[in-house]
Amino acid sequence: MPVTLEFARARTTVLIGPSGCGKSTLLRMIVGLVEPDTGHVLIDGKVLTPANVDELRHRTGYVIQDGGLFPHLTAAQNVTLLARHLGMSSPAISDRVHVLAKLVSIPPDALERYPQQLSGGQRQRIGLMRALMLDPPLILLDEPLGALDPVTRYELQDQLKSIFSELNKTVIMVTHDMSEAAYLGDDIVMMRDGRVVQRGSFDDLVQRPAEPYVESFIRAQRVPTLSAHT
Amino acid sequence: MIKWLLLLLLPTLCGAETANVGSKRFTESYILGEILTQTARQAGEAEVTHRQGLGNTAIVFGALKNGAVDLYPEYTGTIAFELLGLKQSANLEELRQALAKDGLGVGVPLGFNNTYSLAMSGKRAQDLGISRISDLARHPELRFGLTQEFLSRKDGWPAVKAAYALPQAARGLDHGLAYDALSTGKIDVIDVYSTDAKIARYQVRLLEDDKQFFPAYDAVLLYRLDFPKRFPRTWAAIQSLEGRIDASRMAAMNAQVELAGKTFSEAAATFVSGQTPPNVDSRAGKSASRSFIAVLFGPDLGHLTLQHLALVLGSLGPAVAIGVPLGIVAARSRRASTAIMAIVGLMQTVPALALLAFLITLMGAIGTVPALVALFLYALLPIVRNTASGLADLPPPLQEAARVLGLPALSRLRRVELPLASRSILAGIKTSAVIAVGTATIAAFIGAGGYGERIVSGLAVNDTSMLLAGAIPAAALALAMQWAFDGLERLVVPEGLRLRPT
Repeated sequence: MPVTLEFARARTTVLIGPSGCGKSTLLRMIVGLVEPDTGHVLIDGKVLTPANVDELRHRTGYVIQDGGLFPHLTAAQNVTLLARHLGMSSPAISDRVHVLAKLVSIPPDALERYPQQLSGGQRQRIGLMRALMLDPPLILLDEPLGALDPVTRYELQDQLKSIFSELNKTVIMVTHDMSEAAYLGDDIVMMRDGRVVQRGSFDDLVQRPAEPYVESFIRAQRVPTLSAHT
Repeated sequence: MIKWLLLLLLPTLCGAETANVGSKRFTESYILGEILTQTARQAGEAEVTHRQGLGNTAIVFGALKNGAVDLYPEYTGTIAFELLGLKQSANLEELRQALAKDGLGVGVPLGFNNTYSLAMSGKRAQDLGISRISDLARHPELRFGLTQEFLSRKDGWPAVKAAYALPQAARGLDHGLAYDALSTGKIDVIDVYSTDAKIARYQVRLLEDDKQFFPAYDAVLLYRLDFPKRFPRTWAAIQSLEGRIDASRMAAMNAQVELAGKTFSEAAATFVSGQTPPNVDSRAGKSASRSFIAVLFGPDLGHLTLQHLALVLGSLGPAVAIGVPLGIVAARSRRASTAIMAIVGLMQTVPALALLAFLITLMGAIGTVPALVALFLYALLPIVRNTASGLADLPPPLQEAARVLGLPALSRLRRVELPLASRSILAGIKTSAVIAVGTATIAAFIGAGGYGERIVSGLAVNDTSMLLAGAIPAAALALAMQWAFDGLERLVVPEGLRLRPT
């Protein structure tokens, strides 16, 4: 089923839908991990090809669940791996790490630790630092907060929101949590079985659901209420 | 370190104007090889080396054909049946003609025939007036105790019994017990090799094969036809050995080694210097043999250890250099993987002696080089397999994370994938190293030295202390190798992978 989606610059778009709806696959196509059967991916008007995929990847930050950090490298080495490969000068690298650590609230001593020695939230923050290292215009996040406990998750949602608005990046994020989508997304794309069901703001989805499924997906997010007699 | 090891290998690698004497892997061949070597050295014409205890007939004959060995002692029966594939025995002239087309010669009959023989205790034979096998027919009451092999061979007991019309029945008896059974009078007749070490010690009488039933296994020399031209004086000295060693002299020398604990070269030196061998007292038994500790820490220990290490490291290095890249290729492509694994796996299934014999023919060399190649081939599989599986089994999210960063394939391999797979790769190398320490003992079969030399000669003379003096250092070296690699793991495997989850 053909899907055509455009993502506006400097906005945060959230892809949401049930497991297996194709939201992660869509994200993986944008970084060239999955090739589309038909059609193509355009970034800044340029078609993504095997020849330019690495160059486009350098201008894309990609964050996955639990950070996807390399266990044999320290946090700092993870963050700076690509920059070192591309020959960025060490003073420039350490300046950038300093700025990013501040941005995601990582204490300097955590940078010298190995991923195994970090908490889940810290690993996720380091993963975000690695994605932001080269200051890419495009940030892709695949269920970045999926593995975190509720409190850490709540904190990080706040942090992500401020980082996105501060940095003015084009952000595409995948989640299946409607409250997260509502909180972070300027734009929500609801998917099901490989097609786009509806695209719009959270308000649009709530007030003008395109299908009964949209309504039931929103309703399925349980909000706890106190019972009257306690 | 590597340079030093190469220096150690150098003398075995280059073949200057040296005469190479070969010998096979049993006492008599070792002793004859030593006699040839010492005799040739006395001629003072050539540098003479003794490639001793070579694996089996095929290996030493292969070495002779390609020039790695210039001459070695052999038996006419073996030449006729095993080497030329003849159906019946042939005389020296017929053998000479058959071998000439390969540039080989045969000659210098040493004076004894090492064949099957029937034997009785000297006293009993004298009492009954028996000296020939045909005399046995007159004494149907004699009890025969024969080895299982002799009983079941087509040309063994059934044929002898028919040829001499012997009325007796025979029962099976282990060769190790036969002499005792004979001397205590439990049996009357046993089968022996005519130069058996125990013949003199037990004062056993060999019965004459008066119908010439047993094929001749006359001891002769097989040599390259160019040898007499290259070393005329040496050859003249060797020719003087013709007819000098009779069966009892040979049996006595075998006894020197197997019963009196003399070394091969000591037994040979007694002969070459023209002395009569001291009688091996039947009651002295093995008390004269060297103690296990003395053998274990013998003067050759350091030399053998270095040779063994050189064989292991010299084959392991190339196996890592070739095996790791092969493993990387196998991890990348399913088709390549099938082909690589099939070939490398096939190498493992080739029996060591067959592989060595094949390599000697293929490479036209004997000793260190074919041994290194064989060990290299055996070392490949664990390294290739662990490299391939280590890379293929990396968690997919990490592999993708490396790709999505936009690192080119080679940097990805170097910076991410190989370090992550390092533990598995190192485990493969460790397996290969430990196996190589054990496998390197077979190098002695083709004269490449190492601890195998002791094992091989210990097996040849049935000397358990000698065998253990080779096997125990090999086992210790395998353990040391294991520890060394555990230490290496701390250097090679990145710290982040050695952490326990907190």
